[in-house]
Amino acid sequence: MSLEKQDVLKIAHLARLALDDNDAEQYQHSLTSVLDLVEQMQSVDTNGVEPLSHPLEAKQRLRDDVVTEDNRREAFLANAPQTEAGLFLVPKVID
Amino acid sequence: MNWEVVIGLEIHAQLSTKSKLFSGAATSFGAEPNTNTTLVDLGMPGALPVFNKEALRMAVMFGKAVNAEIGMTSVFARKNYFYPDLPKGYQTSQMDHPIVGKGHLDITLEDGTVKRVGITRAHLEEDAGKSLHEDFHGMTGIDLNRSSTPLLEIVSEPDMRSAKEAVAYVKMIHSIVTYLGICDGNMAEGSMRCDINISLRPKGQQEFGTRTEIKNVNSFRFIERAIYTEIERQADILEDGGKIVQETRLYDPDKDETRSMRSKEDANDYRYFPCPDLLPIELTQAYVDEIAANLPELPAQKAERFMTEYKLSEYDAGVISATRAMADYFEEVTKAAGNAKLAANWVMGELSKYLNTEGKEITESNVSAEQLGGLLVRIEDNTINGNTAKSVLQAMWEGQGSADEIIEAKGLKQVTDTGAIETMIQGVLEANAAQVEQFRASDEDKQKKMIGFFMGQVMKASQGKANPGVVTPILNKLLKG
Repeated sequence: MSLEKQDVLKIAHLARLALDDNDAEQYQHSLTSVLDLVEQMQSVDTNGVEPLSHPLEAKQRLRDDVVTEDNRREAFLANAPQTEAGLFLVPKVID
Repeated sequence: MNWEVVIGLEIHAQLSTKSKLFSGAATSFGAEPNTNTTLVDLGMPGALPVFNKEALRMAVMFGKAVNAEIGMTSVFARKNYFYPDLPKGYQTSQMDHPIVGKGHLDITLEDGTVKRVGITRAHLEEDAGKSLHEDFHGMTGIDLNRSSTPLLEIVSEPDMRSAKEAVAYVKMIHSIVTYLGICDGNMAEGSMRCDINISLRPKGQQEFGTRTEIKNVNSFRFIERAIYTEIERQADILEDGGKIVQETRLYDPDKDETRSMRSKEDANDYRYFPCPDLLPIELTQAYVDEIAANLPELPAQKAERFMTEYKLSEYDAGVISATRAMADYFEEVTKAAGNAKLAANWVMGELSKYLNTEGKEITESNVSAEQLGGLLVRIEDNTINGNTAKSVLQAMWEGQGSADEIIEAKGLKQVTDTGAIETMIQGVLEANAAQVEQFRASDEDKQKKMIGFFMGQVMKASQGKANPGVVTPILNKLLKG
C-alpha cells in the first residue's frame, strides 16, 4: 500500500504538524514502508487471537474516591504566557 | 410523503463522585475557575492518571439496572482531537471494550403502552474543560475545573420513533441514574446532556436514511422541540428531492432552529488507540454480584409496589415514582396521614401546583411531608373538609405554622354537632321560604338540581365549616317538610 502526498498532509494536519513540501515527500516514503511492513504482517493467521491492548500481565490499580489535592491555581497559572480572572488565555477558537 | 422518524440517543451522565475520574481534585460545581485542577487535569507531561474506584462501581450499578452485560475486562482508549479545553490532546474514553455492554429498559408512553428500548453500550470517559468566548481582548478563556470529571456515556439503539418516545426514554434514564444515586440529574448545570441522532425514511422502508446529530441538548423540553424542528427541516429537504448531509448540528432554543457546526466536519478522525497509561480493568464475578444484590429499588419496581401496597392507579404510581424525591415524600405523607390515595391526590394536585408556580423541586418544598401528613389527618378525622384544607395548605405554604395551629388560630374547625347544624339549616330555610315552596312543588329530578342551592346557602351560613356529610341528610329531611 502506498500513501499519497495528500494523505500525509491530512495526517500532519490532524496531528497539528507543520510540514513543508520536502518533508511531506520524505514522510510519504517512510510511512509507506511502515505500511508495507504492516501488510506483510497481515498474512499471519490471527484467527482466535484476542487483540492485545497492553503487553503487561497486570491490571489497573484503583484509587479511593477521596479529594487529595488542594487548590494550586496560582502556581499553575504562573506557567502560562497569558492569564486573566483565573483563566488561561488562548487564541480565539471560534469564528 | 409519509415519513417515519428514527431516533437514537447518546446521554452523558456526570457521575456523582467526590473526586475526578483520574485525579484527586474535587468535582464540586461552581468553584472559582481552575481551582479544582491538578497536574493530571492540566495534561502536564509525566503526570499519570489513577482510576477512581467509585466511578467504576457506579458504572457497574447502571449496567445491572438496565439488564446489561458487564464488561469483565474493559479498556481505556484515547480519542484524539485538538481543542484548547482538552490540554492532553486526547480524551480518555472507551472504545472496543466498554464497561457496560448490551442492555435494555422499558418506557411507558402516554397512551399506557410499554415499549422496550435497547441500550447499545455505556462507557466511562472524562469530561473536557470549558471555553469562555466572552471578550478577553479577542482571546478565549479556559477553565479546566471540569477536565477529568467522570462521565458515563449511555448509547441507545435507534429504537425511538417519535419525539415523545425520545423524551420518555431520557426521563427514564434520568429516573434510573438519580434512583441509583450515581448522578444528580441536574440538567441545567450540565450533569446530564444529550446528543440526538435523527433520520427520516419513507414509512415501510427497512434501511435508515442519512442521519444528523444534534449535540448537547440539556433539557427535556429542548429535546422535544429540537427533534420536532429537525424532523421538519429534514422533511422539507427530502420533499424537495434534496439530500440530507450527515453532520453535527446545534439546537438554538431562542430561534427554535438547528444549525450546522461546519468547523468540525472535515476532521472527524479520532484515531482511537488503547491508552498506554491505564491498564485493563479486570472485574471479578463476586464484585459484580455484590453490586447487583445491593441495587436500590428502581422506578419500575417502586411503581409496581405502590400499586400493590397502596392500591394506587397505574398512572398515579408512574407519576409519583418518576423521581426518588417525590416517591419518598409521598411515602412519608402516607405514613403520617394513613390514607395513600388521599396522600397521592394532594402530592400530585395541590402541592405540585405550588411547586410548579414557584419552579421548585419537591426537595425545596415550603411544606414538609410530615406537615402535609398532619393536614391530611385533619381531613381524615373530619376536623376540616377538603375545601378548607386547601386554604390551610396555602397558609402553611406561606409559613403560618402547622395545620393544627392554623385551624385553631383561624377557627376553621368543622361543625359536626347535629343539633347546631339543624338549627342553622332551619334558619337558612326560613330565610329562603320562597325557594323552599318552589322545591316542594317540583318533581324529583328538578329537586336534585335545586338541592345544590340550599347546600351552598348552608355552607355560606357556616362559613364553610359545616361538615357536608352531616348537613346532607338533615337538609333532605327538613326540605321534604
